Amino acid sequence: MLDARLYFLQRLTALIMAPLVLGHIAVMIYAIQGGLTAAEILNRTAGSIGWAVFYGTFVAAVSIHAAIGVRVIAHETLKIKGAALSLITWISGVVLLLMGARAVFAVFAA
Amino acid sequence: MQSETVKMNVSVWRGNRRDGGYLSYKVPMEDNQTILDVVTWIQHNEDPTLSYRFACRVGMCGSCAMMVNGIPRWTCRTHVKKVLKDNAIKVAPLRNLPVIKDLATDMDRFFDNWNKAGGVHHSDQTRNDEIELIDPNKPARKIVDAGIECINCAVCFAACDTVSGNDQYLGPAALNRAWTLVNDEKDADRPGILDLVSGNGGCHNCHSQGSCSEYCPNELDPMVAIAGLKRETMRHLISQGKTDA
Ligand code: SF4
Ligand code: SF4
Ligand code: FES
Repeated sequence: MLDARLYFLQRLTALIMAPLVLGHIAVMIYAIQGGLTAAEILNRTAGSIGWAVFYGTFVAAVSIHAAIGVRVIAHETLKIKGAALSLITWISGVVLLLMGARAVFAVFAA
Repeated sequence: MQSETVKMNVSVWRGNRRDGGYLSYKVPMEDNQTILDVVTWIQHNEDPTLSYRFACRVGMCGSCAMMVNGIPRWTCRTHVKKVLKDNAIKVAPLRNLPVIKDLATDMDRFFDNWNKAGGVHHSDQTRNDEIELIDPNKPARKIVDAGIECINCAVCFAACDTVSGNDQYLGPAALNRAWTLVNDEKDADRPGILDLVSGNGGCHNCHSQGSCSEYCPNELDPMVAIAGLKRETMRHLISQGKTDA
């Protein structure tokens, strides 16, 4: 159910996510120190390619990572196999990617 | 005057692949008594049709494993005193394997996995070649030594939740065996073994929670062996990627 390639992808995406999560939290803590509002923050991220790439990469890594995790739970706990299992894996990945892309777009285009 | 023998309450799972349930027996307590002695007493004195497996009775052959109060154990090396709870004991066939009858399970999946994980010696030498000398102090040889005393009892297989949840999973014992071969200088197909443990039921499905290592009566550490396989297969995958490119 998890072959070496999926395992590799899941570890790789975890490695990508870890520094991005820390970066996100650090910037959030820093940003609210001076009492910035959400609207002001969005004002600053708007049009920034840097932040779009930062969050875009995060969203892509999350989608892959979580889809593989969902796959494991679907198989071991819900006993789903074969084509249905692949379908669930792909759907979770694509849904997360679309939802994430929408958020990234909002941050970029705000 | 003889003091009255104390009896314990033993429930034993009776049945076949389709149905069954627990039957209760009163078994006289002895000073020195193993769970295997208890099961044997029931067969000799209460019901000769009770089926179970054993051979060596000293923890060498790996055939007597059963669930004792819900925990997989070698029954020949488990003393009643150690596991008796409220004067009762519950004996059941090993978990994660289909029952043939009573306490005897069908171990095909367990043994087939051994082969699926490449668990046979792959030789590239003939009887005419000189026997290679292997230094027992080499790190790789020490890794082999740490895992080689497995007696195929399937206690770890019964303890593993991934085996329960994923019917393709090769399981701790077969993967532990593969790890000893991957570190064995005399094995001629080590990359082949890495491929065999990288598939759908391979080592990457292990959740590293360590029930196998916790319950292995030989104190082997399949969880660490599997972590080693995960590492080596990743190296193998990356180097393959490089040569393919
Ligand atoms: S560590 Fe891995 S092999 Fe051992 S019991 Fe857990 S899932 Fe099974
Ligand atoms: S690793 Fe331990 S528990 Fe598992 S089959 Fe071998 S001896 Fe038995
Ligand atoms: S009878 Fe051989 S290990 Fe128990």
